[in-house]
Amino acid sequence: MTEQTIVNIGPSHPSTHGVCRVVVTLDGEIVTHAEPIIGHLHRGIEKMAENRTYLQVVPLTDRLDYVGSMYANWAYCRAVERLAGIRVPERAEYIRVIVCELQRIASHMMGIGSTGADTGAFTAFMYAFAQRDHVVELFEALCGARLTYNYVRPGGVSMDLPEGWVEQCRAFTAQHPSAMLELDRLLFGNVIARARLKGVGVLSADDAVAWGASGPTARGSGVDWDLRRDDPYSVYPRFDFQVPLGENGDSYDRARIRLWECVESCKIIDQALDQLEPGLVKAEGLPRLLAPRPGDAYDHIESARGSLGVYLVSDGTPRPYRMKVRSPAFCNLALLPLLAEGHTLSDLVVILGSLDPVFGEVDR
Amino acid sequence: MAFVDDLGAALDKTPGGGIILTSLDAVMDWSRGKSLWMMPMGTACCAMELIAASFSRFDFDRHGSIPRPDPRHCDVMVVAGTITRKMAPAVQRLYDQMPDPKWVIAMGNCAVSGGIFYYDTYSVVRGVDEFLPVDVYLAGCPPRPESLQDAILRLREQVSTDSIAPGKSRKLTSPLPAPGSARRGEPPVGGGDAG
Repeated sequence: MTEQTIVNIGPSHPSTHGVCRVVVTLDGEIVTHAEPIIGHLHRGIEKMAENRTYLQVVPLTDRLDYVGSMYANWAYCRAVERLAGIRVPERAEYIRVIVCELQRIASHMMGIGSTGADTGAFTAFMYAFAQRDHVVELFEALCGARLTYNYVRPGGVSMDLPEGWVEQCRAFTAQHPSAMLELDRLLFGNVIARARLKGVGVLSADDAVAWGASGPTARGSGVDWDLRRDDPYSVYPRFDFQVPLGENGDSYDRARIRLWECVESCKIIDQALDQLEPGLVKAEGLPRLLAPRPGDAYDHIESARGSLGVYLVSDGTPRPYRMKVRSPAFCNLALLPLLAEGHTLSDLVVILGSLDPVFGEVDR
Repeated sequence: MAFVDDLGAALDKTPGGGIILTSLDAVMDWSRGKSLWMMPMGTACCAMELIAASFSRFDFDRHGSIPRPDPRHCDVMVVAGTITRKMAPAVQRLYDQMPDPKWVIAMGNCAVSGGIFYYDTYSVVRGVDEFLPVDVYLAGCPPRPESLQDAILRLREQVSTDSIAPGKSRKLTSPLPAPGSARRGEPPVGGGDAG
């Protein structure tokens, strides 16, 4: 063993995907220990929620996972609905499923694209981002915002689909799977990307379960767990879709199953658009100021990063007594020291990218 | 740029040097405005729009604005996202590493004033102008890539009024406010392990 070197990466570094600082102990070029230091984006959202009414918290949840804002909206609204006993109209549930599956595509495009950028394939990032732009455009037509939507509200969604939106959405899902096949050839068929990703950061299925990993990080290791199928919520039982699984648990599998999840999301969106019936998009008779009776509620959904849960405690006032977010990105990031050990410094960047953390959600 | 800085002082003293300086200014301003390289200080949601802005659809390269991760290459720091007290010392340090002349764009409400996190949180710096001299304020949560484009073009207008002579240029002479000399709110405190 040679002399140990300590290298500091971040908090502003292009390959930490946000404001993460990693203190790496190196033996030559081999990582012996990697310690992520988080909290550089801690904005106290959970504490702020205690000072806002239930409806005012929704824009705060937008800023949690800013790559997939719809999920945080939805998880929070489900917890509020459970707490206050609100029944959501069927059309609203369908719209929620459609926008969240679109959001999964937008989020995974970012994840796959940055994996490409980490391995030196910047072209793949451009191709992925072009697809993401289509989704963002659909969201903009829907609610006027490109990133922070504030669209899913307790009791439904904020407004109905605009005219011509369904056709635009169908046009997107019609071209998306073939674009994914192209991206698969471009990135995952590339000999350099394969060499950089295969066998790097192997996570065993047992470790994935033990460390609380979820989403593509766990499914890349072959853990067959998807809340949409295994703890069905909303109208997901009515759709026919597959849950892609990895075999080896390496960065390659984690990144690549994201791509197949996008294709499955397209299938779900198409089925949801077929089944979409006219109707209300927000529950009727909701009070302007929600004040659920004292109690607590927890609900979780399958976000692009894993199982995202929101726990709410009510003391009978119009403001939550406590909000706690169970962040999949936080749990997945905790795997970094385990996965990076024994790999080179350049592989650390790839492993961090394959976990796809979003620091708004990690630090909250 | 040390050579140009000295040149300005020397020319100003020579009789008739003003005319030469004016012409030099015009050349320098023109060339500086054409390649404002960005230091993308992306911390939160606005960073996504910053990425989108430099990608194929909005394509900032055509304005000569290329994002460079190294502060030593950059002319303009785009602070995109919430700056927490833990992050502020790192931002300050990166700003200090940028060579003069340098500019700052505060992108998004968080960087402008703290935005949605202004009132009731304990960890957010209320605007990056608490510790950096900001040239362009860009509102929005987050602003669209087109707005960022507009901010870059406005900054270019501002650059075209700068002078290379000491005393005539605001940017070259205005010292950085010392940390703690905040105008409003509380000053950012060191995050301990940031940096």
